[in-house]
Amino acid sequence: MTGVIFDVKRYAVHDGPGIRTTVFLKGCPLRCWWCHNPESLKKSVQDITRTVKLDGKTFDVKEKIGREVSVEELMTEVLRDSMFYEESGGGVTFSGGEPFMQPDFLAAATKACHDQGLHVAVDTSGFVAHEHLVKVIDNVDLFLYDIKHLNDEKHRNYTGVSNKQVLDNLAFILEKGKRVIIRYPVIPGLNDESSQLKALEMLLEVYRGRLNELHLLPYHNIARGKYERFDLPFKMDGTASLSKADLEPLKERFIKLGVEVKIGG
Amino acid sequence: MNDRIKKLRQQTLEAVNSLSEERALLLTEFYQSSEAREISAPVRRAMSFKYILSNKYINILDGELIVGERGPSPKATPTYPEVSLHTLEDLEVLDQRPKVSFKVDEKMKKDYEETIIPYWKGKSNRDKIMALMSPEWKNAYEAGVFTEFQEQRAPGHTVADGKLYRKGMLDFKAEIQNGIDAIDFFNDPQAYDKLEELKAMDIAADAIIGFAQRHADKLTQLANDEQDSDRKKELEEMAVVCRNVPANAPKTFHEALQYYWFVHLGVITEVNPWDSFNPGRLDQHLYPFYVRDIKEGRLTKEQAKELLMSFWVKFNNQPAPPKMGVTAKESNTYTDFALINVGGVKTDGSDAVNELSFLILDVIEEMRLLQPSSMAQVSKKNPDRYIHRVLQITKTGFGQPSIFNTDAIVQELLRQGKSLEDSRDGGASGCVETGAFGKEAYWLTGYFNLSKVLEITLHNGTDPRTGKKIGIETGDPASFESLNDLMEAYKKQVNYFIDIKIEGNNKIESIIGRNLPVPFLSIIIDDCIAQGRDYNAGGARYNTSYIQGVGMGTITDSLTAIKYHVYDKNSLTLDAFVKVLDDNFEGHEALRYDLINNTPKYGNDDDYADDQAREVFEIFYNAVNGRPTARGGAFRINLLPTTSHVYFGQVMLASTDGRKAGEALSEGISPVQGADRKGPTAVINTMSKIDHLRTGGTLLNMKFAPQFFEGTEGVNSLTQLIRSYFRMDGHHIQFNVVNADTLRKAQKHPEKYGDLIVRVAGYSDYFNDLTPELQEEIIRRTEYENF
Repeated sequence: MTGVIFDVKRYAVHDGPGIRTTVFLKGCPLRCWWCHNPESLKKSVQDITRTVKLDGKTFDVKEKIGREVSVEELMTEVLRDSMFYEESGGGVTFSGGEPFMQPDFLAAATKACHDQGLHVAVDTSGFVAHEHLVKVIDNVDLFLYDIKHLNDEKHRNYTGVSNKQVLDNLAFILEKGKRVIIRYPVIPGLNDESSQLKALEMLLEVYRGRLNELHLLPYHNIARGKYERFDLPFKMDGTASLSKADLEPLKERFIKLGVEVKIGG
Repeated sequence: MNDRIKKLRQQTLEAVNSLSEERALLLTEFYQSSEAREISAPVRRAMSFKYILSNKYINILDGELIVGERGPSPKATPTYPEVSLHTLEDLEVLDQRPKVSFKVDEKMKKDYEETIIPYWKGKSNRDKIMALMSPEWKNAYEAGVFTEFQEQRAPGHTVADGKLYRKGMLDFKAEIQNGIDAIDFFNDPQAYDKLEELKAMDIAADAIIGFAQRHADKLTQLANDEQDSDRKKELEEMAVVCRNVPANAPKTFHEALQYYWFVHLGVITEVNPWDSFNPGRLDQHLYPFYVRDIKEGRLTKEQAKELLMSFWVKFNNQPAPPKMGVTAKESNTYTDFALINVGGVKTDGSDAVNELSFLILDVIEEMRLLQPSSMAQVSKKNPDRYIHRVLQITKTGFGQPSIFNTDAIVQELLRQGKSLEDSRDGGASGCVETGAFGKEAYWLTGYFNLSKVLEITLHNGTDPRTGKKIGIETGDPASFESLNDLMEAYKKQVNYFIDIKIEGNNKIESIIGRNLPVPFLSIIIDDCIAQGRDYNAGGARYNTSYIQGVGMGTITDSLTAIKYHVYDKNSLTLDAFVKVLDDNFEGHEALRYDLINNTPKYGNDDDYADDQAREVFEIFYNAVNGRPTARGGAFRINLLPTTSHVYFGQVMLASTDGRKAGEALSEGISPVQGADRKGPTAVINTMSKIDHLRTGGTLLNMKFAPQFFEGTEGVNSLTQLIRSYFRMDGHHIQFNVVNADTLRKAQKHPEKYGDLIVRVAGYSDYFNDLTPELQEEIIRRTEYENF
């Protein structure tokens, strides 16, 4: 069993509890306007050319975005930091792209981690076929679960897909008693209007007691350069980045609901 | 920080560094006097020590609570012509050099010209050493294969333990007298030497008591003249303190600090020992006084802090005595490496962190002085909240305190044959050196340039910079058929140069043991009194001599590059590779790019590279470890550079890891600057492939952006990172919190900062991978967050 990944980030300390290794799987069915990992969208390995300078000379360097790995290879890699996971209560996080775009690989990899006693987190958009979720869910200790917009029409507009499946899957995961952290990217002008925030409040209200953690991710135009590098259209021109401080009032608002809120992932 | 401390702190920060002729003149006066003739070396040293302390100027600064200066005023640094004699030209250089300068006035130059140089020329310890070194030693030394610590400063490299706080000098005098009474002239061939040494110690004890009395007298006089009634009372109390200590054991927190400070001044006035001197486990030694004084209403927490701060200022007033020549380049700083330890374990092995540990950390944070240096011992038994507090200080980017693994230190000491109790009472001093405090003379003898030896091996014994044959012939590199052949040749060269170094060390130790005894220091280090033997002649309970390996990253990457490109990929021959180095990569930029970016590197948890580190470690270790020293101890290794990696890089051509001629080597056991690209856990995994427990200290420096210290989560993660490293027996870790300046450098030279990770927005990324606009933003944010 092999999969295509585009990065393995060690000492990931913001993708779940403790010190973690985050494995980024390639491929995503969504096309969010604000995506800051545009290199993750295509499932296949991509060739790019980068220009680098050394000693005043310029080199064109060919690089591959993504590589194919077997579950065994991946396990060797993630187990290297076992000591750190143990010491910190950390583990492995699967992110993307959308990790469920490679459902069999994700199932095999999460199972392998689970069998080794590692804490497993999956960072997902929730846009996942139910059957795929079923294959994976028992191996997962924590879902980092994106809610991007609660109005379906707007969700389709900004991400290219409906949010129905996202919300259905959320219900299913919570039903199974899994720990879920909602990650809400706050995008100025796109999903920060009062009706949206109200809708988010209502969602948290519905799952009160089972859904207690919310991460507010401030929009950042960090990825602009990457769009140029990958020759993709950048739809966020004119939208300014948010700072942590900008989200403080929002944080206060959700804390009042009895939810644990963090700004940033 | 109250107004008094603010003022004292300002004073020490603003004091201009200068050289003082006072000590050199007094010393010379004594040596020229009739009293100095026809007496034994230890007694001569003790009497000159007493002469200096009896006649030097006593300076009590306005508002200070702890008194005593080594020079006539703060940062007026004495010279030590009996150890190494500055020339007039040296004085000129020190006065004029732009960095780490020392002002030298006309009077001093005149005294040097007319009195000091004429007397000491040819007689200094350095002159004696250099006269005895072999041509092979001089060749290697001049080529930068190794340095020599004792050519300009006396050994010292030791730390005080708790006995100071239990015994006064009068108690030591009684022990000395017992020793004298017990001398057996019937059966002991060493009897006369013992007698002279013990007599010398007795004189030295009187000298320090007299020195304190002079301070007491001056304080009484100042009190009589003082108009301000509060200060008058303070001065009177300080006079009482100086009449009691160090003659007697201290009774209060204040007396304990003042006692140590007199001892400190004694040690650094007697000679110019390396790493000055060091109170060691300060939180442990002072804690009983602190608790008792507070309980009995003599002291408040605030007063304790004020006293500690006044004590801190005294360290900063005593810069490292300046050197010259090669040694000046290898370690050029005002810092004199007094490394105060907090935390760790008690003698019985239990958690030693106490309220005073935290109070001292507060002092370190608020004082933010260059000296003293500070470190936190971290044992598995110490609580996390203690590490969190340490990291809060580290975060401010001032490089202190560094963090050490107590449990590793204890095992290192045990492996060397120390008792469990002595090991637990130990710690680290200087940069990262492990020691049994109060009981061990652990001398550093010189840095060893592991990469230079490879360069010489690749040129069949010749130093390519000079064309001089300084090594042995181990074969033309063209004839090496495998990495193994090269490693065999490298090993022979390492052994050859270590032999030369050790031969030199043994001569030097003998010269120092006979000519430069330190009777004062010998009083306070076990078991010099009991053995009637000087600290410098093997009188300490444990005697160790270190050779410090430098540039683990560079040598590993250099060997790995050869393994990869020459023997595995066959993309060029070793011969051709050597020519590329001789050309400093001129016309081979693409190869250099490949070496930097597409070649396995040390620091990435990749055994392909890390295996070479293991092998180099074994070669170096086997060449040095356990060999006997002239004073009855053993040679050991440690892996630390101070700043010698810069000097060692300057004496080298380009290296096969892509480093250009003259550029610095890697430092300590850290990866080559920018070569670690898999994050901190990978670095730590690589570091733990080295067997720290067989060293006397390793140094790991890691760069972090301040964002990594953000919030409880950031601090928790770093705490866990430290805990993990220490579980793997890592010895030391230091977090270098990068500032905006560093980030600007990274923009200009991305190839040197491939390892630099910054926290961006909800995630982290390599700084090099960010767009220029974003780099700018991170720089702005870092500037903001640092202050």
